[in-house]
Amino acid sequence: MNAFIKFSLGAAALLAVGIQACKPKNTSSAVSGDAAVKAYVPPGKYDEFYNFVSGGFSGQMSVYGLPSGRLFRVIPVFSVDPEKGWGYSEETKPMLMTSHGFVPWDDLHHTELSQTNGEIDGRWVFGNANNTPRVARIDLKTFRTAEIIELPNSAGNHSSPFITENTEYVVAGTRFSIPVDYSNGDVPISTYKQNFKGTISFISVGKENGKMDIAFQLLLPGVNFDLSHAGKGPSHGWFFFSCYNSEQANTLLEVNASQRDKDFILAVNWKKAEEYLKAGKGKKEKVRYSRNTWDETTHSGKHEILEEVTVLDAVALKDICYLIPCPKSPHGCDVDPTGEYIVGSGKLAALIPVFSYTKMQKAIADKKFEGDYEGIPVIKYEEALYGEVQKPGLGPLHTEFDGKGNAYTSFFVSSEIVKWNIKDLKVLDRAPTFYSIGHLSIPGGDSKKPNAKYVVGYNKITKDRYLPTGPELAQSAQIYDISGDKMQLINDFPTIGEPHYAQSVAADLISKNSLKIFKIEENHHPYVAKGEKESKVVRDGNKIHVYITSIRSHFSPDNIEGVKVGDEVYFHVTNLEQDWDVPHGFAVKGANNAELLIMPGETQTLKWIPEKTGIYPIYCTDFCSALHQEMSGYVRVSPKGSSVPLSFSLGKNSSDPTSKENNSNAQ
Amino acid sequence: MKKLVLLACIAALIYACGSGTEQKDQPADAPAGSADASAAPADNPDGVGKFKNVQIPEKLDAAMAQKGESVYDVKCSSCHKLTDEKLVGPGWKGVTQRNSAAWIMNFVTNVDEMLNTDPKAQAQLEICLVRMPNQNLTDEDARHIYEFMRKNDGVQ
Repeated sequence: MNAFIKFSLGAAALLAVGIQACKPKNTSSAVSGDAAVKAYVPPGKYDEFYNFVSGGFSGQMSVYGLPSGRLFRVIPVFSVDPEKGWGYSEETKPMLMTSHGFVPWDDLHHTELSQTNGEIDGRWVFGNANNTPRVARIDLKTFRTAEIIELPNSAGNHSSPFITENTEYVVAGTRFSIPVDYSNGDVPISTYKQNFKGTISFISVGKENGKMDIAFQLLLPGVNFDLSHAGKGPSHGWFFFSCYNSEQANTLLEVNASQRDKDFILAVNWKKAEEYLKAGKGKKEKVRYSRNTWDETTHSGKHEILEEVTVLDAVALKDICYLIPCPKSPHGCDVDPTGEYIVGSGKLAALIPVFSYTKMQKAIADKKFEGDYEGIPVIKYEEALYGEVQKPGLGPLHTEFDGKGNAYTSFFVSSEIVKWNIKDLKVLDRAPTFYSIGHLSIPGGDSKKPNAKYVVGYNKITKDRYLPTGPELAQSAQIYDISGDKMQLINDFPTIGEPHYAQSVAADLISKNSLKIFKIEENHHPYVAKGEKESKVVRDGNKIHVYITSIRSHFSPDNIEGVKVGDEVYFHVTNLEQDWDVPHGFAVKGANNAELLIMPGETQTLKWIPEKTGIYPIYCTDFCSALHQEMSGYVRVSPKGSSVPLSFSLGKNSSDPTSKENNSNAQ
Repeated sequence: MKKLVLLACIAALIYACGSGTEQKDQPADAPAGSADASAAPADNPDGVGKFKNVQIPEKLDAAMAQKGESVYDVKCSSCHKLTDEKLVGPGWKGVTQRNSAAWIMNFVTNVDEMLNTDPKAQAQLEICLVRMPNQNLTDEDARHIYEFMRKNDGVQ
């Protein structure tokens, strides 16, 4: 066969394939189509779901689209973000204040969307800080951190920020027990058993404004609280926490906290705790913790220190807490959509215990206890157990639900997701993950109403999945279509930081409320300039306040003189734009600070202390129009004691006031 | 010859794929005015938007003009002078003589569509080269602004 014939044949085959591939689609071909089709969201089209992913050691929360895996936004939460000026602008600095001062970083592990009647309501998403214990609330109208509350008497806030079915409470628990803040903490570490305590905080959430308050804290024996989930439906009023290190080891936990065959799931009757609280059984303790709130009208954060918390002794006050034995260092603690089944996942176990809420209640009523642990009754394992999933895989971690009677559990050691039926506890399907999956997430998968189109696995190790980038590789998320009987891997995408838990929600629940601009009329920032007429520069001792405006494409004023070395210069930049997606940026040469990104109608402040005389350019950093490159200005810095008067202008090109080079608006 | 065969194949592929691949459900918030937006007829003195044949009394409404000036200070004065001097956009002197009330009110409330379809607005863009920002004016704001422009043009 000569080359030409070969080529022609090949081309003909190609043509045939081409025609075949372009046949109009019908339902059946869409359903049985390949993975690429299922994950493909064409340019200009929206994704079906928002996916809120914890950033782990980045301290932030990222927002992806499902099923495309496209990254839309990284919301700065607990860590500074110079790109957005978070933690650098004067307005945002208070948001990162704590009782330890300004803390520029944290470790955000879990995200939880607010719920009403056990269903995601699209108002807020919460995130936890594991290192300096805090909980953040993010407003989903603006995708901004609206509030951060610190937790006293706490360390390693891990079992957080899980919520009750009407967002009555968001909880926080101590992964690291410590001596409480109101006791003497200067004790030998080896006195763990005597001096170290665990606490669980119930933070109330304002129904309308979302405002967070620590309603009460439960004082508990020193163990490690790991993860948690609220009861729902019939079990509403209860909260379940996994705990490990019931050995109360204070060193080499890897070995010493893995001695016992079983640790516990702690069942908390928070309605009972509320009764004790009402009856005045709580003890007010003197502590220090911060609460930082963002005000959308002043475009500023406010930092306050609170000095009191109410503590309920969960050992002395009976019937709040019970322990259920759970095999091998339980991690995930997940409640199914009906509220009847509680799934515990022992990190080192080779089976999954499923507990029954009904059986647990009966065991409590009948006092079927095997004894107590540090004063808390321990329910007999069999009396609370619904059944065990046998040989599901190795190292079960977390479980989410599809609302059709099935559970999906991640297995770290055997790197897989396993689908099993809750009623008969039989394994139905298993799919490999690449590699070492931690959390997994189904849209609404921990609520009463899952929207089970996909399950996403969040993996710790990617090895050969992506192009190498030196010693550190991106961690990954993998999306499986679960609309059929079998899981089908359809896409994977790299993530920022380390993804722990994540939650997803149907896009329209959130997109329809998304804010486009801040109305300039409603801007009550103390240094706002509503229009160029109000732009000015004012000296107050060694402080200089620059009321500066931005609009496509100039600043007003854009020439400033009379600044002296060592002055504290505050650029209060008001963005006069009132159109969606038109932020302006602001930067000044040599500032030991970041840039500002100012949203339409907003005012943000950059502080700058010039250290050398000279001319310093300022400019807009966010491409805004065809004349963006022109959006700039100059600040003249004179030596200390200089007699150059403070002045500012726009459009004044000549010092001769009658010069034709000056624009008529020259100030 | 090889090239010809290949070309034929490509042509066939393109032909085969030429239809049936359209996306139906565009997001509701897709930016208005893409390339296929139909141009407004050149003889439409009111431009495109909700205002048509706006009737304006002969005498100035001073209170309205006052409100218009406050809007001007915050949202317009950065780019428009009250003289005939062009800054970023054209000066406002004489603007009410050059355009109908409806055209002005449509332009300030329906900026993107006007810039994409109205020949007069497009001619202005060619001179200024900066698209006028949509400053989210209400219908009332637009009427007030117009009254302020009339005052600026000497209407008593």
